[in-house]
Amino acid sequence: MSLTDKQSDYILVIEPKTKLLDLNLKEVWRYRDLLLLFVRRDFVSVYKQTIFGPLWFFIQPILTTIMFMVVFGGIAKMSTDGLPQAVFYLSGIVIWNYFSGALSLTSNTFIGNAGIFGKVYFPRIITPLSIVISKLLGFGVQFVLFLGVFFYYLCFSDAILKPNAALLLVPVLIIITAGLAFGLGLIISSLTTKYRDFTFLLGFAIQLAMYGTPVIYPLSEIDNPKLKLVIQANPVSAIIETFRYAFTGVGELNWLWLGYSVGFMIVVIILGILIFNKIEKTFMDTV
Amino acid sequence: MSNKPIIKVENIGKQYRLGTVGTGSFAHDVNRWWQGIRGKEDPYQKVGEVNDRTMVGGSEYVWALQDINFEVQQGEILGIVGKNGAGKSTLLKLLSRVTAPTTGKIICHGRIASLLEVGTGFHPELTGRENIYLNGAILGMTKKEIASKFDEIVDFAGCQKYIETPVKRYSSGMYVRLAFAVAAHLEPDILIVDEVLAVGDAEFQKKAIGKMQDVSKNSGRTVLFVSHNMAAVKSLCTRGVLMEQGKVVFSGNVDDVVNKYLSNYSVTDSFIKLNENNKDLLCCDIVCVEEIFFEDINENKLAVSSISDDSFIVIKYNVKKSGYHLNLSLSIYSEDEEYVLSSPSITDENWFRKKHDLGNYTAKCKLPKHMFNDKSYVFSVLLVDSGTKVILEIERIIKMDFYDDGINRSSYFGKWNGLVRPILEWNTEKES
Repeated sequence: MSLTDKQSDYILVIEPKTKLLDLNLKEVWRYRDLLLLFVRRDFVSVYKQTIFGPLWFFIQPILTTIMFMVVFGGIAKMSTDGLPQAVFYLSGIVIWNYFSGALSLTSNTFIGNAGIFGKVYFPRIITPLSIVISKLLGFGVQFVLFLGVFFYYLCFSDAILKPNAALLLVPVLIIITAGLAFGLGLIISSLTTKYRDFTFLLGFAIQLAMYGTPVIYPLSEIDNPKLKLVIQANPVSAIIETFRYAFTGVGELNWLWLGYSVGFMIVVIILGILIFNKIEKTFMDTV
Repeated sequence: MSNKPIIKVENIGKQYRLGTVGTGSFAHDVNRWWQGIRGKEDPYQKVGEVNDRTMVGGSEYVWALQDINFEVQQGEILGIVGKNGAGKSTLLKLLSRVTAPTTGKIICHGRIASLLEVGTGFHPELTGRENIYLNGAILGMTKKEIASKFDEIVDFAGCQKYIETPVKRYSSGMYVRLAFAVAAHLEPDILIVDEVLAVGDAEFQKKAIGKMQDVSKNSGRTVLFVSHNMAAVKSLCTRGVLMEQGKVVFSGNVDDVVNKYLSNYSVTDSFIKLNENNKDLLCCDIVCVEEIFFEDINENKLAVSSISDDSFIVIKYNVKKSGYHLNLSLSIYSEDEEYVLSSPSITDENWFRKKHDLGNYTAKCKLPKHMFNDKSYVFSVLLVDSGTKVILEIERIIKMDFYDDGINRSSYFGKWNGLVRPILEWNTEKES
């Protein structure tokens, strides 16, 4: 934004109609500092004026895990495929938390940021991107917690945990999770600008979807092939199963279904960007 | 510098849909989508009415802007003036890319930064320092640029002491100063400003205006400025655009534009004439008020007057029953219903406390210069018989707008508070 950019080099045309795919990555790159500052803001502002600070990122999954151990492990006596309950539940929870947290925030992009969007221009895509990244930091913290619990059971208990070469897939799994949340979030946020019906739907859909994902039960426990297919059709299922398999050797590494998750991610990202592009220019009139 | 305009606005139009979003709008969306697939034009773009808030129209669509064309040269400070609802803010929104136009296009040869509001994106939990970076980045600066100007910004805002405190602990004045300080240090090719000057104390406003003038004069930047403050527009801008009902009705030299704006300012209720509709209000069985209006020293009728010119209120009345005292009295209220003053016609040598005969009378009351502030005032007219017996009371019948011509302001451009604005004599001497 300095005057050293030669004026004649920069031409901005403001028009009503847009090209179908008009990402303008150059502009997004120019605003990279904003992206980082948004990430910082989202991450830091969460625990401002708290005593425990970032520790809260630990407390939530720990309590959830304990609750699952009591309710699903203790009372309902659901199988954990022979794994220690803490490792089993926590592995599902960290991935699912990241996915659901990022999705519910990105899908609120337009409505939640209407105040800023209505006053100043910057590439709108920066906002959902920053959410996915700042949630990734939160995931990182929880992942460290998971590693701690995992190593405790690996070294100090007689539980049989067999970490294997699939660990190399873990970064890929995280990227797919991020991509899914990002793409779906873009689609939903674009749909909700004019018709709010989706906001109501999404709230409990995310809650219910957890039960359609192998977070509290292993996929191997599902006997009914039709039901299994339904659960596998959930693109997050293969991610959690593979994640668990990589660390414990228990679970399922199914390349076909993992490939399906990747394909699903690519489709929702492309579709999401297409719709987002169409909406972002005029959403202020309808939001 | 080239002669090419830095901003070129061509046939810009913006249509809005009125009413709420519901199943009706969904049906329109589906129809629009269907027409689009078949390669036809948007069926709802053909309809739509001129933007006039006061009329109830039949159409669900309204054109907030229509056929806007103008050019801005580099280094110009363009003032955009017009009444509320004329489309100024919509135009700024289009220029700052908050929303896209419905028709036409705008070509800009330079980067735009817009200040439709100060402090956009300030996060209450973050400290002053963190917010300077965040807000600067939202307005389009890079981290490096902000870092290089950081000290200047803090200095400008005058809040060194509080820089590590969350902004939610700031006083509202400090908050605004910090926000403006960030904005003032933007260095875009084109700066768009929407009345953000109406914030802060006098000293800060002076600084803000000075900064804006510097920006344009010293570095050849182009500024687009929207304001209702004619004094600020006149002294800041070089050229102006007058908007009315979503259209540009006049553009040119800033003085001409401001005069034009003031001359067609709400004439409707600054001139009262007796007719069938207001008969009950203006007449009783003794007297009928036939006309009330304002005029200047040359007897030209006025709707708006400069605060540093004399003006007159003229009341013409017809006496139908003789033998009464008809002492006139004015009560003047501010637009927010504050009682400013009252003035009975005691100084009237001819007809005060005199019995009136039948016939027509014209009363004139001088409203001296340097009395009123740049506001609208509402006048009530009273006709009183000897003592306190009210014969005719015409409440809040006529309105007069006073504008600030910028004289007697020195270099302060902010809001001048107070119901009245006399010039008081000042004299300071140094003690020996």
